[in-house]
Amino acid sequence: MSFLLFQSSVVVYLLATAAYLVFFLTQKNTLRRTGRAIFLVAFLLHTANLIARAFEAGHTPITSHHETVSFFAWSLGCCYLSFRWRYVVKNLGAFVSLLVFGLMLIAAFSSRTMLPLPPALQSWWLPVHASTSLFADGFLALSCIGSIMYLLQEREIKKKRFGLFYSRLPSLETLDKLNHHCLSVGFPLFTLGLITGSLWAKQAWGAYWQWDPKETWSLITWFLYAAAVHQRFTVGWRGRRVAILSIVGFLSVLFTLWGASFLLEGVHTYVA
Amino acid sequence: MSRDAIVLLGVNHKTTPLAVREKLALAAGYEEPLRALGQLEDLREYYLLSTCNRVEVLFTCRDVERARDRVLELLFGQAITKAEAEQYVYRYVNAEAVEHLFLVAASLDSMIVGEAQILGQLKEAYRHATKVGSSGFILNKLLHKSFSVAKRVRTETRIGAHAVSISYAAVELGRKIFGALAGKKVLLVGAGEMAELAAEHLVAQGVAEVVVANRTLQRAVNLARCYNGRAVSLEELLDQLRQVDIIISSTGSPDLILRKEDVRSVMRERRNRPLFFIDIAVPRDLDPGINDLDNVFLYDIDDLHNVVEMNKSERDREAVKAQRIIAEEKLKFGKWLANMESTPTIVQLRAVVEAQIRAEVEKTMGRFDGMDEQRRQGLERMVAAITGKVVFPALHYLKTDNHCIGMPERIKTVRELYLLDTTTGEQEES
Repeated sequence: MSFLLFQSSVVVYLLATAAYLVFFLTQKNTLRRTGRAIFLVAFLLHTANLIARAFEAGHTPITSHHETVSFFAWSLGCCYLSFRWRYVVKNLGAFVSLLVFGLMLIAAFSSRTMLPLPPALQSWWLPVHASTSLFADGFLALSCIGSIMYLLQEREIKKKRFGLFYSRLPSLETLDKLNHHCLSVGFPLFTLGLITGSLWAKQAWGAYWQWDPKETWSLITWFLYAAAVHQRFTVGWRGRRVAILSIVGFLSVLFTLWGASFLLEGVHTYVA
Repeated sequence: MSRDAIVLLGVNHKTTPLAVREKLALAAGYEEPLRALGQLEDLREYYLLSTCNRVEVLFTCRDVERARDRVLELLFGQAITKAEAEQYVYRYVNAEAVEHLFLVAASLDSMIVGEAQILGQLKEAYRHATKVGSSGFILNKLLHKSFSVAKRVRTETRIGAHAVSISYAAVELGRKIFGALAGKKVLLVGAGEMAELAAEHLVAQGVAEVVVANRTLQRAVNLARCYNGRAVSLEELLDQLRQVDIIISSTGSPDLILRKEDVRSVMRERRNRPLFFIDIAVPRDLDPGINDLDNVFLYDIDDLHNVVEMNKSERDREAVKAQRIIAEEKLKFGKWLANMESTPTIVQLRAVVEAQIRAEVEKTMGRFDGMDEQRRQGLERMVAAITGKVVFPALHYLKTDNHCIGMPERIKTVRELYLLDTTTGEQEES
């Protein structure tokens, strides 16, 4: 059941991405509405998939690599829809759907077998810590997308050569606001993820902090974002510099997610 | 019989330098000049429009030459000499006047082609004219028509949607930087014509405040008044930079008036809120290095020209489309006017025929006055019906488009056939 739901949600995400990309190039308004509707359908299918999988596995489905990346994609969809509901950011959907689809592809290609939960992870900390962290990642991913859009748009305006993006991307102000919003939600969530993880570690392994690669990289990421948020609130950094920091921060997030698991050995290895 | 001529006199930004326009502008509002025009016996209907860029008066009259001289004397006589009026004031009659009014309403004659403000100003001016009752049958129709023409141009072409001029390009850029321009503050450095043009466009976009800095404060004050803004001196420039968002510079200064370092220090105090500099001065006022600062964007006149060029071919297409609409509407209005010419003949014809029928009926049935109400009404209805039937072929002949025979020709035929010019005894000019 969950398998079928997953499969269909991937296909519908693909359709949504295609619709959004064609809309991005042609700027036909009907396509945007179609894209939005398809994306919503895919998101609902995906949600159903997560619920079904939770029942089948008997625990929160954020343990294997497949589950983690899938949940990451879902949380990104959540953040996007929550943002879409509050602000209008022209053509954000094209970028978001592309990333969501990419994540879903990665999830699709990793093993979907349901592993029995190791005793150390059998705790109600699992849903709290994992979902908080992944939701934080969702917002940070959105901020990264906004930052990329910002840099593309800013480059065209500064260089005074208007190509593909000038008319299609929203104003710099809007993109900066998007970034601001995502950082001010994503960063506290990320902090919360770190704290809950540390509390859980104390409970499961007896120590708050073990300096395993995943923890170390999370801390590095935290410092990167802390710097961005701090500079924004004190010195009033905005625009390009914050955008670059957000992108670097998100790269660090991705390394924490994959690099630290596959390249470096540590206690988190069973979790992607 | 001939109808009144439609005459339009005026000055605008194309024909007349700002210095003269300033003198002609109706600073005190419409009421007084409209009332003064009412004193002239030559005018039948009249209406006045005064904006920052134009002063126009539209009227209908019999004797074009005389009315024109009187109106010029009355409106502009105190401000400019006769020779100047001869040089600057344009004068359109009938079809040309109609076309010009349509062009103005559709914003094709504006400083910034396609801007939407002018239509509102036109409606406002018309409102004043109706208030004093100076617009009549013809002007009402003409002005309402001009509103609908403007609307048609706006909906059927994209003349308003593209960067149609330098300042429009600047506004587009501003939008891409700031999102909405509502609530932003604009600083004009130098009060030249280009600055004025850009300011007009920004005001149309709803900017919160216009600040004008100029070497001579008086000009700054004058321009600021135009946009309900305030004037400052050039020495306050750096202070003002902390508060404003968009700076349009157009001074005649041979040197740079702002350097990169000045702006860098201001940005710190602004907490990096973006600044958009537009340098339309030649030679340049602003250090090109300013563009390298984060969150600061600088466009000079050449950059803007490039932006405009990108949109130009599209704009030209749209302008052609708009011109076509106006030509079409001008023709339609001309037809309406021509039909107006036939109206007195139709009225007269009906009256003559009805009088004859009535006379015959009274001869047989006795005088209408002495009858009881019901009977009289029945006969009245019959008279009206017979009149309608009898004059119908003639009306049909007058009203249907006929390509071979012109309207005046047809009117003449009908008048001769029914002996309209001799039976009534009333001599009409034909």
